Amino acid sequence: MTAVSMTVNGKAVTADVDSRTLLVQFLRENLRLTGTHVGCDTSQCGACVVHVDGKARKSCTMFAWQAEGANVTTIEGVANGATLHPMQEAFREHHGLQCGYCTPGMIMAAIDMVHRLGHELDDKTIRQELDGNLCRCTGYHNIVKAIAAGARAMK
Amino acid sequence: MYAFTFHRPTTVRQAVNLLAKHEDAKLLAGGHSLIPVMKLRLANPPVIVDLSKVEGISGVELKGRSIVIGAMTRHVEVANSQVAKDNLPALAEVPGSIGDPHVREAGTIGGSVANNDPNADYPAACLGLGATIVTSKRKIPADEFFTGMFSTALEPDEIITKISFPIAKKAAYQKFKHPASGFALVGVFVSKRGSDIRVAVTGAGSNGVFRVKEFEEALKKRFAPKSLEGLSVKADGLNSDIHAGADYRAHLIGVLARRAVADAVKR
Ligand SMILES: Cc1cc2nc3c(=O)[nH]c(=O)nc-3n(C[C@H](O)[C@H](O)[C@H](O)COP(=O)(O)OP(=O)(O)OC[C@H]3O[C@@H](n4cnc5c(N)ncnc54)[C@H](O)[C@@H]3O)c2cc1C
Repeated sequence: MTAVSMTVNGKAVTADVDSRTLLVQFLRENLRLTGTHVGCDTSQCGACVVHVDGKARKSCTMFAWQAEGANVTTIEGVANGATLHPMQEAFREHHGLQCGYCTPGMIMAAIDMVHRLGHELDDKTIRQELDGNLCRCTGYHNIVKAIAAGARAMK
Repeated sequence: MYAFTFHRPTTVRQAVNLLAKHEDAKLLAGGHSLIPVMKLRLANPPVIVDLSKVEGISGVELKGRSIVIGAMTRHVEVANSQVAKDNLPALAEVPGSIGDPHVREAGTIGGSVANNDPNADYPAACLGLGATIVTSKRKIPADEFFTGMFSTALEPDEIITKISFPIAKKAAYQKFKHPASGFALVGVFVSKRGSDIRVAVTGAGSNGVFRVKEFEEALKKRFAPKSLEGLSVKADGLNSDIHAGADYRAHLIGVLARRAVADAVKR
């Protein structure tokens, strides 16, 4: 067993875990933060995207101990109390989902996209940047609309 | 995945000693090739040596007439490196085509080169520019480094510390992406540095990345797409799988080489 400590959604957490524990397992099973999903478990689909020290990472392709000392933000950590994050609100408003399974990863990837590329995102850029997030329901159309609107709302 | 123990050395020497001490230990860089294969139990290292705390093996620098990239430099850092974009744009463009933004945030050049996936992009850039792979022991020319599919000249206790790419005035990379995986179905890197002309192909060879001497000879006469007209690579020995047959891959090598040369001469 190995001791890990990190900050998750602003709260300091510590636990003893097996070295094999992936960050996503740690979040879901130890911390019960089940908003972060496991879709493919092969590093492709992006349902598990969280922010580690402010950067989007696939939490299924990282051991929990690799996040030692890091600041981790999950989908549970983006809203401000009862007020949704502007990107969450945009996904609701534009119906950027159907079943919702990929949505937490989509929103974390979208927020990261805005941090990297700014608030005016054209469709082509958004589609390219969504390379690492798969959605099996929507055909992406409303997701792209939601991200463009959310990006502007984050100003 | 099987259980393992891990170490987080802070110097290259410590990391080398750990590898020497623990037979079957594996280095961990960005984890974006190693962790997926550990999940599949295709790699089962009992000991992992994580390089993320090792100092001095990350960053992009201009040194003389070369761009030198530390092994732990992540794909996103090379893609964003001003010094790489200014001096060797063909190299700076390579990581932008790797995977997706999250993969580029994690994966490293050292991990990619050490892994030598037959469809990976950086091996083509190394061979196509005549790079030197600098390790904890020695300097290995790219021509001797890539020894076959997923295999390299690295010894079990040897660590890549940096890769030195000579600056070529004319160079370009053309990648035909597999539409689902994003890996190169075929990728061709060409460069011209004085009389050193290189055409390196990834994605197609059953032994991994390789050079096309016949194309190189033709380009020595004149470095122009026209010089490659009518030339083709034999399909024998090229990969054939559900994604593309050997004939198609052979065809793509010709097309992409001509496009890459066309891009290179525009620089
Ligand atoms: C969804 C997805 C898409 C991808 N798409 C592409 C693509 O389009 N093109 C492409 O080229 N790659 C692609 N990759 C692979 C990606 O680039 C990996 O990051 C890279 O191949 C390995 O780098 P890493 O830092 O993650 O290495 P790791 O996975 O940590 O290590 C890989 C191997 O290299 C060894 N190693 C690591 N560092 C060193 C070192 N300094 N010295 C010696 N040995 C070392 C390790 O022991 C291990 O055997 C993709 C990966 C994923 C998950």
